[in-house]
Amino acid sequence: MSYRRRASPLHAARAAAGCAYCLSLLVAALVLSAPVALGAVVLAILGAGVAAGVGRELGRAARFATVLGLAVMLINALVVRDGLTVIARLGDLPVFGQTDVTLEATVAGAVLGMRAIALVLCGALYTAAVDPDQVLALFRRFSFHSALTATLATRMVPVLSRDARRLAEAQRCRPGPPPSRGRLVRAATSGVLDRALDVAAALEVRGYGAARRASGTGGSARPWSRHDLAFAASAVAITGLAVGGRLAGLERFSADPALHAPVGAGELAVAIGLVICALLPFADRRGIER
Amino acid sequence: MSVLVLDRVTYTYPGASTPALVDVSLEVAPGELVVLAGGSGSGKSTLLRAANGLVPHFHGGVFAGRAIVAGMDTREHGPGELAAAAGTLFQDPETQVVMGTVRAELALPLENRGEAAPAVARGVEEVALALGIANLLDRPTDELSGGELQRVALGAALVGRPQLILLDEPTSQLDPVAGDELIALLRRLSEDFDTAIVLAEHRLERCLPFADRAIAMRGGSVVCDASPTDFLAWACAEAHELATPGARLLFGLGAAPAAGVKAARSALRSRGLLITGPAPPASEVRRSGREAIRFDRVWHELDRGPAILRGVSLSIGAGERVALMGRNGAGKSTLLRHTAGLMRPTRGKIERAGRVALLLQNPTDYLVHDRVQQEASAGALTTVGLGDRAFRERHPRELSGGEKQRLALAIVLDDPQREAVLVCLDEPTRGMDRRRKDELAALLCELDAAVLVATHDPEFAATFAQRVILLADGAPIADGSPSEVLTGGTYFATETARILGGAGGALRPEDGVALLTAVSKVEA
Repeated sequence: MSYRRRASPLHAARAAAGCAYCLSLLVAALVLSAPVALGAVVLAILGAGVAAGVGRELGRAARFATVLGLAVMLINALVVRDGLTVIARLGDLPVFGQTDVTLEATVAGAVLGMRAIALVLCGALYTAAVDPDQVLALFRRFSFHSALTATLATRMVPVLSRDARRLAEAQRCRPGPPPSRGRLVRAATSGVLDRALDVAAALEVRGYGAARRASGTGGSARPWSRHDLAFAASAVAITGLAVGGRLAGLERFSADPALHAPVGAGELAVAIGLVICALLPFADRRGIER
Repeated sequence: MSVLVLDRVTYTYPGASTPALVDVSLEVAPGELVVLAGGSGSGKSTLLRAANGLVPHFHGGVFAGRAIVAGMDTREHGPGELAAAAGTLFQDPETQVVMGTVRAELALPLENRGEAAPAVARGVEEVALALGIANLLDRPTDELSGGELQRVALGAALVGRPQLILLDEPTSQLDPVAGDELIALLRRLSEDFDTAIVLAEHRLERCLPFADRAIAMRGGSVVCDASPTDFLAWACAEAHELATPGARLLFGLGAAPAAGVKAARSALRSRGLLITGPAPPASEVRRSGREAIRFDRVWHELDRGPAILRGVSLSIGAGERVALMGRNGAGKSTLLRHTAGLMRPTRGKIERAGRVALLLQNPTDYLVHDRVQQEASAGALTTVGLGDRAFRERHPRELSGGEKQRLALAIVLDDPQREAVLVCLDEPTRGMDRRRKDELAALLCELDAAVLVATHDPEFAATFAQRVILLADGAPIADGSPSEVLTGGTYFATETARILGGAGGALRPEDGVALLTAVSKVEA
């Protein structure tokens, strides 16, 4: 998965606003524990992905995240001994010992799994909809060389994956038995070093070695667009709802000793508010093409 | 004041026994377009690297003499500082483009110099407009074609308005159209912005007509430094491999060599030798009875993407030598992959009479062992002219480009149980000098198997091929003998054919000399 500029309000927003928006959804997923609120975060991220035109990318991430979530749920059910309602007695298992699966541990695992899904989807939304070059430009203000090194590491990934495809194709063209994996790894490593040298030379002649911070003079900064403002406001609202709800004493999910999954008016209000705040910036689609 | 001064520069790479540059002295004035000529390993690339400071700051080694770039001594100023005065463009665009989008790529050199955001934005806009890549600004760099990437890399080299641009075989990976566009662009930059340009190239016929001066290198030394016309006269007399086809044609007729088609035609006209003959008659390409491969309405359609091959139907006879031409993206590499079974058609079928050997663009990808003799059998090495015992002990990655090519060819041919009926090569002449191209052509002509070579180089196609297929948009648009296909156009035609306007189907200088000599005798 990688960033592609698309005609969407999120892509049109500056990276700072896009980052803040994704970060606020991440904070909401970490701070909230009520299943209804976590479900709302997942729904909000998926909705944002579809509205940003990256639904297919998020769909792929969701498949991976679902497997991860189920794995979290399963491991929690097998490992955690809390809970009073036994739903399966598995006997004496290797590694796990005497294992009784409880409803409470299973549901707690499901909630943890849902949080994992939300976090993965959040990362996927960020990757697909926030321009990494702009993000790195942001960080260059703090550490120019570190940010550029990170850019290069990112750039080397597609270059090296293309190299790997080429190497594999070339080996398919060899008659007779294929070379051992060790040989191929050595050949690939040599290729990577060659590539890294080429890229390093290219950077040198682009002035990387003498890089210095921007003088910061000579004109005004780029003005904030309607989408910059909308996503920044959305980020503030989502964070406010999540943190505010937590501070305001919204009931928390608990599974020990008995299940308690609050679905009161407060939880529902926060959940609905989250979805609305997350999707509202996508309503304004003026000026999204570049 | 000269923008580049090399004063008695001698340089030896770390661990090398012989110097790569020997006592090189030259000066380049502002606005001058200088072509660097010479065979592989003659020192062209090292000279460029000495001018941008990579030698010695990046590569290390022993450096003597002085290199001054825009008043800065490279011993005191590293490549980072010199970058403000000297932009560099290397051969492989893929490794020079380091950012995710074109806009970010063009902005990087200015940001490195600490320019303020508005100045960066302005510089990016101006260079994008100058190079005609404004429409690419927001495109991801990993979606661009080779030609587009090379333009972007050139933009990154130019964005800081350097006084000097150094280019190391920038057209070697481009099709003739994109290559000609790039050279014309350089000429315009030189004229409009007074930018000095030093361009190392093997395909001299492409760039000499635009050059102010040509410098020939051999063994790390400058052996000729003259105007293009004088350079060609020197090359015809002393370094035949550096003479352009047009120059060899004129030289063969006893005329003074000239750079470019227009000048060559003018020279012929003044001697009354310019003939306008009819295009060669369409002739049936000689085919043997047996077929090595047959494509029957083959399509290759990408999932959610375009069709790369569109109903290709063709056959290649046993022992036939075929050149496959067309611009980047025409479908040549895809067609070759289908011949060897690396890809399967989405519609249609392919019938092969036996094994197909395929040599892809980068021969290094085939080399995985520590000794040449481990890569291929002695018989296969002998077939490709690498049978020398001392050679077999060498490490494959230490070989020259041409030797790697031959070794990779030996690897794909090396199956005594199943001799290849068809040998396919994808752009085998990239970055090769003329001598190596001639050696490769001779080798291909010696093979018993049929040969199919995808190439952008009409001169190479004219040397080895019996038949030329021109591909466009995934389908053949011309299929005939070289003298039919390579005389009819501008981009996919040899220089001799362009000079003679296709008369007599002459493709190579020798053909042209024979034709014009015969005509002049008849007229006499």
